[in-house]
Amino acid sequence: MNLNRRQALAYSAGAVAFVVAGARLDPASATPEATVKAIADFAGGKTPATGKLTLTAPEIAENGNTVPISVSVESAMSGDDLVQSVMILAEGNPNPAVATFNFTAMSGVAEATTRMRLAKTQNVIAVARMADGSVYMDKKEVKVTIGGCGG
Amino acid sequence: MATPKPRVKVPKTAKAGEIIVIKTLISHQMESGQRKDKEGKVIPREIINKFTCEFNGTPVFSCDMDPAVSANPYFEFKAKVAESGTFKFTWVDDNGSIYTDEQKIEVG
Repeated sequence: MNLNRRQALAYSAGAVAFVVAGARLDPASATPEATVKAIADFAGGKTPATGKLTLTAPEIAENGNTVPISVSVESAMSGDDLVQSVMILAEGNPNPAVATFNFTAMSGVAEATTRMRLAKTQNVIAVARMADGSVYMDKKEVKVTIGGCGG
Repeated sequence: MATPKPRVKVPKTAKAGEIIVIKTLISHQMESGQRKDKEGKVIPREIINKFTCEFNGTPVFSCDMDPAVSANPYFEFKAKVAESGTFKFTWVDDNGSIYTDEQKIEVG
């Protein structure tokens, strides 16, 4: 391969971008202990699976004092196919717990929206526990311009 | 602090078995316990820690809150209504106060 200077620069820039993207794809390694413990307590020893649960959060939150988030779980909401609870965690907050939604068969569908505080740019995690004991998890990174935990 | 004022939006009418959207908002500063006053003393935590919604006495939805829920906590959730009745909403404050609201719905 015979590269001129321009091509060589383009290739090396691409390689750097790839490495940066790769580092970002593994946020699990950065999850603080308190968050891991909260998920384990909630899941009751099960490993959360992906799918079924969708967490909706803005990619960029200008004001960390009020960040809208929604959760939605695919479920018939009757018999064993029932969502019991969905827990929201923010791993970069002083205290990772945010809120826990408890659903019943009367809910019809397992969907809820609220507004939360985020201290800084971080991952927001939702964990759903079903009536049959299975556990699902979803995660979104929210970039925060102005943090919202006072100070 | 002024007495928290709940505001709830429930449709007036619905068809039997319809899934309706309920929106609730309550004015409350949700003091997180992280902030400090001018003298550098921590302002003690005072939040609403529990919200519940019941329909004719049966639980529909509830939420346990931590200080990371924004001031003036807002909730939007759904309920499946089979009969006419009353939704009862309850907010529980850290200081022991309980705030309630009720909304009737006609199912035709």
